[in-house]
Amino acid sequence: MRTVSSPPANRLLTAGKGLLWLNMIFCFLFLYAPIAVLVAFSFNDSRLAASWQGFTLRWYVEVFNSRSVISAFQNSLIVAFAATIIATILGTMTSLAMERFRFRLRRTYDGVLYLPIIIPDIVMAVSLLAFFSLTLGWMNSLLGLQGAQALRPGLATVVIAHVAFNISFVAIVVRTSLRELDPMLEEAAQDLGADEWTTFRKVTLPLIMPGILGGALLAFTLSLDDFVITFFTTGPGGTTLPIEVFGRIRRAISPEINAISTIMLMMSMILIIVSQIFQRRSGR
Amino acid sequence: MTARKRTLLRILLAPGAFWIVVFFLVPSALVFIYSVLGRQAGGGVVWSFTLEAYQRLFLTPPPVGAWFNDFVIIFLRSVWWAVITSAICLLIGYPLAFFIALQRPSIRNVYLFLVLIPFWTNFLVRTYAWKFILNNNGLLNSILTALELPRVSIINTPTAVLIGLVYGSLPFMVLPLYASIEKLDFNLIEAAQDLGANYLRVLTRVVLPVTMPGIVAGITLVFIPVTGQYIVPTILGGGRVAMLGNLLAQQFGPAGNWPFGSAIAVIFMILLMAGVVAYLRSEARREEASLS
Repeated sequence: MRTVSSPPANRLLTAGKGLLWLNMIFCFLFLYAPIAVLVAFSFNDSRLAASWQGFTLRWYVEVFNSRSVISAFQNSLIVAFAATIIATILGTMTSLAMERFRFRLRRTYDGVLYLPIIIPDIVMAVSLLAFFSLTLGWMNSLLGLQGAQALRPGLATVVIAHVAFNISFVAIVVRTSLRELDPMLEEAAQDLGADEWTTFRKVTLPLIMPGILGGALLAFTLSLDDFVITFFTTGPGGTTLPIEVFGRIRRAISPEINAISTIMLMMSMILIIVSQIFQRRSGR
Repeated sequence: MTARKRTLLRILLAPGAFWIVVFFLVPSALVFIYSVLGRQAGGGVVWSFTLEAYQRLFLTPPPVGAWFNDFVIIFLRSVWWAVITSAICLLIGYPLAFFIALQRPSIRNVYLFLVLIPFWTNFLVRTYAWKFILNNNGLLNSILTALELPRVSIINTPTAVLIGLVYGSLPFMVLPLYASIEKLDFNLIEAAQDLGANYLRVLTRVVLPVTMPGIVAGITLVFIPVTGQYIVPTILGGGRVAMLGNLLAQQFGPAGNWPFGSAIAVIFMILLMAGVVAYLRSEARREEASLS
């Protein structure tokens, strides 16, 4: 690209670069204008989306005073923390088994691990709905539970479902950092007399920690943002923030939704910044 | 492998494998079973073998003047919209990825970060943003009214759904494209030009083939999730232009016909798997061809 032979070609190259610029500006406007509009109008002093009527914080006040939003937010955090902790532990163990051992069915299991990522979430959602309905029914008749005592879908089933797809995501991220690890470091520790467990605790684990934290952060984000799988696996009293927002969107657009959306965007921003800090630390 | 190592492997593998088998593979298998069982009104199944669900899906006669019945049309529409979405994302995503790859490393990271942000932000919220703009009394129409232009009615049309699909998918196309364009050796371009190739030939004979893995990865990451989209057609299509996600949700929800919903999910999964296998075969064949 540095040496250009003839003037007409040169002009073509300039035109090409101009088009690349235009396309870039279009893409970023397309990606960010809707978000900017959404945030701006969460501060608009009018119930109608139509026009700008001045700055207000009253939609935020209403959101923070809304019992349903606060409880949905609490539920979201409970689910995200529980699912992240379980999925990170199981995902890390899985990736150690996959990277450090050779065993029968390893390749098959490798493929199976990718399935929850490939399968569209709606398919996983309806199959989990069928599964929980069947198994909870069995458990209720087995334990003789009826009426108010009966086991129902709720936050527990949501956590189970979120772990089911998050194990794969955590495993992929951690496996990458295990593969990038210099095997000489572990060999050196063992040559110096460390046993396997000490080597793992003092050498391997600290070195793959950025990967584990990165995987955990991804799991946390996916869990916090998930709507489809949660929608089909939750029950009464198990409303998370995306479910609450979806219900409101279906009724009508309102400035309160803009305010909740802005808060959710802020949370995502914080998570991105944290993830970037982790990546810097790990030196990538 | 020593006995100790074998025990260690079991401890590491068992909990994750248990979770994935019980809460992913078994539910998927259950859908296959449900698809050949009888319907219980209001949800659930009657445990007796029948092919009613598949008969309904494939043998329901098309309405007068149509080639396919409504269910098959929803399948075709979902695939067609996934094709259009992938094409548009590729068309604007490829030049964007190329642009980013041409920048200095420090600036490059800023652009990449800007592409990455939407990936981390809530999909529901980003789709709602478009509803806020495109709604009949939304921002777009109030701007048009203020400019004394005629109002437009885009919400609940295929156009609105396609805007939402492209919007949600673009980062998934750009990131793998960038990864492969970044590896492109620009000396190859110079070499081709020195040998007399014009820009079009450089593009079709050098740049596109070399970055083909990124193109294929990007299309895969866009195509599959789009076919199963539920949020975008529901919020921006108002459920009026249904995709597969809507059909599945309806059968497992209000319509309460679980065997029929299961049959749709089964056919959907079979089509996806057939697509993935066909892709892997063609990849293998291309690698062979490039080696010989």
